[in-house]
Amino acid sequence: MNEYLLEVEDLKIDYQTDLETVHAVNGISFTLEKGQTFGIVGETGAGKTTTALALLRLLPERTGKLRQGTIRFDGKDLLKQSLHDMQSLRGKRMAMIFQDPMTSLNPVMRVEDQIAEALMLHNTDGKGKAEIMARTDEVLELVGILPERKRDYPHQFSGGMKQRVVIAMALACEPELLIADEPTTALDVTIQAQVLSMIRELRDRLGMSMIMITHDLGIIAQTCDKVAVMYAGEFVESGTLEDIFTGEEHHPYTQGLFGSIPNLAVKTDRLNPIGGMVPDPTKLPEGCYFSPRCPHCMDICRQVHPQDVKRGTHTIKCHLFSEVTHG
Amino acid sequence: MDKTVPIIEVRNLKKYFKVSKGLLHAVDGVDMQIFPRQTMGVVGESGCGKTTLGRTILRLIEPTSGDILFKGESITGYSRREMRRMRNRMQIIFQDPYSSLDPRMTVSELISEYMIINRTYKTRNEIRKATADLMETVGLAERLANAYPHELDGGRRQRIGVARALSLNPGFIVCDEPVSALDVSIQAQILNLLMDLQEDLGLTYMFVTHNLAVVKHISDRIMVMYLGQVVELADSDDLFRDPRHPYTRALLSSIPIPDISMRDSPIEPIRGEISSPINPVVGCRFAARCPEATEACTGRDIPLRDVGGGHMCACLKVDCRDNPD
Repeated sequence: MNEYLLEVEDLKIDYQTDLETVHAVNGISFTLEKGQTFGIVGETGAGKTTTALALLRLLPERTGKLRQGTIRFDGKDLLKQSLHDMQSLRGKRMAMIFQDPMTSLNPVMRVEDQIAEALMLHNTDGKGKAEIMARTDEVLELVGILPERKRDYPHQFSGGMKQRVVIAMALACEPELLIADEPTTALDVTIQAQVLSMIRELRDRLGMSMIMITHDLGIIAQTCDKVAVMYAGEFVESGTLEDIFTGEEHHPYTQGLFGSIPNLAVKTDRLNPIGGMVPDPTKLPEGCYFSPRCPHCMDICRQVHPQDVKRGTHTIKCHLFSEVTHG
Repeated sequence: MDKTVPIIEVRNLKKYFKVSKGLLHAVDGVDMQIFPRQTMGVVGESGCGKTTLGRTILRLIEPTSGDILFKGESITGYSRREMRRMRNRMQIIFQDPYSSLDPRMTVSELISEYMIINRTYKTRNEIRKATADLMETVGLAERLANAYPHELDGGRRQRIGVARALSLNPGFIVCDEPVSALDVSIQAQILNLLMDLQEDLGLTYMFVTHNLAVVKHISDRIMVMYLGQVVELADSDDLFRDPRHPYTRALLSSIPIPDISMRDSPIEPIRGEISSPINPVVGCRFAARCPEATEACTGRDIPLRDVGGGHMCACLKVDCRDNPD
């Protein structure tokens, strides 16, 4: 048995068109143990969704270029798998919940058929139709959809119910790895609470590993074991939940992210936003990608790209913490 | 309570939309007042009527019944021409900076548009000067004057929206989810900008949002809406310290808190989903999902009443507290 369910090493992904090259993911590495939840937090354009798509090898064929790196799932090098082998993995052993439930369901298919579809595609032990339909009912019950609604079409469901259907599709084959890409962003806060508590409960009950992609630090705090903060295609900081939320040293971007959210518990007069904006991914700055916005920017930051500085489980990619600048 | 005249007052405001299945009660009997230099936060989930309320107050949507007063004067019966004059005094910032700006107009054209329509200035030079001043006020660099919206990021586009709203020097601005389409770091920049402008120009805001952390940060008073009705209305600190209505409590406990010490406190989400706003049954709209609902909650509408120190709540189960601690 392998210690890690998923090992990603030095992953680099570009989107290449005739006009430009977008550097979406720039060398990320992480590991995920069985039963653990890994959170990736970052803003629009940080490369979160690209990372998720790459793990399933679902990058757009013509433009998405995986430049380097390895992805190992349960010891197998995913990048060396044939298309056919990937298809038997996707949906079966690794599944994804997409951000927008409104567009990730087929509008002209009854929901029970959409769930049964995944089961039929991965029907390796020759289950009959009746068995598959029985399993469909089971999965729908799992996500809290009443059996009398299974012959409805997606447009007859509310947003929260649609997301439950999407989750039911992902869970139908009891995957070992669930990738949740902003699963509640399109939902209202009370419905978000319902869906999140359901995801947590099912994860624990089925013993799944999970990658939770979100821009909401609150969701990270409530669901994850390990966290990475992503900026311009890199993990600028990563570690255990405690490292990120209660640790003393942080990447300036992480500090900026926390400073930008209004705190419900404490009354603050002013927020401390990060100045400027995310760099153009076709023209990333020299040195540290965060240097143009960083309040602690030094000369070296504009010239040399920082390396990871490791303190136990906590990793920060910043010159402020490297031995060279202080020593 | 403040004794000055409220800038905005609405009395029993209703807006029903005719749909094929009947009447959609978008805003259903709202009463409230907004005082000068204050921010009234309006919070609720999608479909609660918060956007319709904001637009009805500006009469961008005509109310079905009820009265809207601006500085004590009813504007409900104003003609189109009279309303156009009112646009100098009440404005709106729209939610989506991607779809609320004409893609074929430059930044300076967008910002000067209202001033040209309203003939605020006599000469082109004056308008040019005013546009440049506005750009500086909202933090848009001069070199962007001839840029088009598609060349700008969401934060800068929303700054254009703010500049447009400010261009006629209004005293009152409805901010309709102005930061919801933005990333958190950019969201914080716009919130700071809005708060600075309020202080410098003495503005009054009605701030509509679904984001509770944002509404707490920016508001003096907050009203919580559910299916077209106000269920709770209180001072911002008071509402968060001592939420009284079961819906407000459910809403507050649903927010994932970015603090890991709260991790083990179990979130108990409320059951069910918002019911249909079309031909709603009489009674408390939240009763179907409410853990404390009894038979008394249905059958008649539950009025908003003072439960202590100006804290208004529309729930039968809530007792008055004369001395809130």
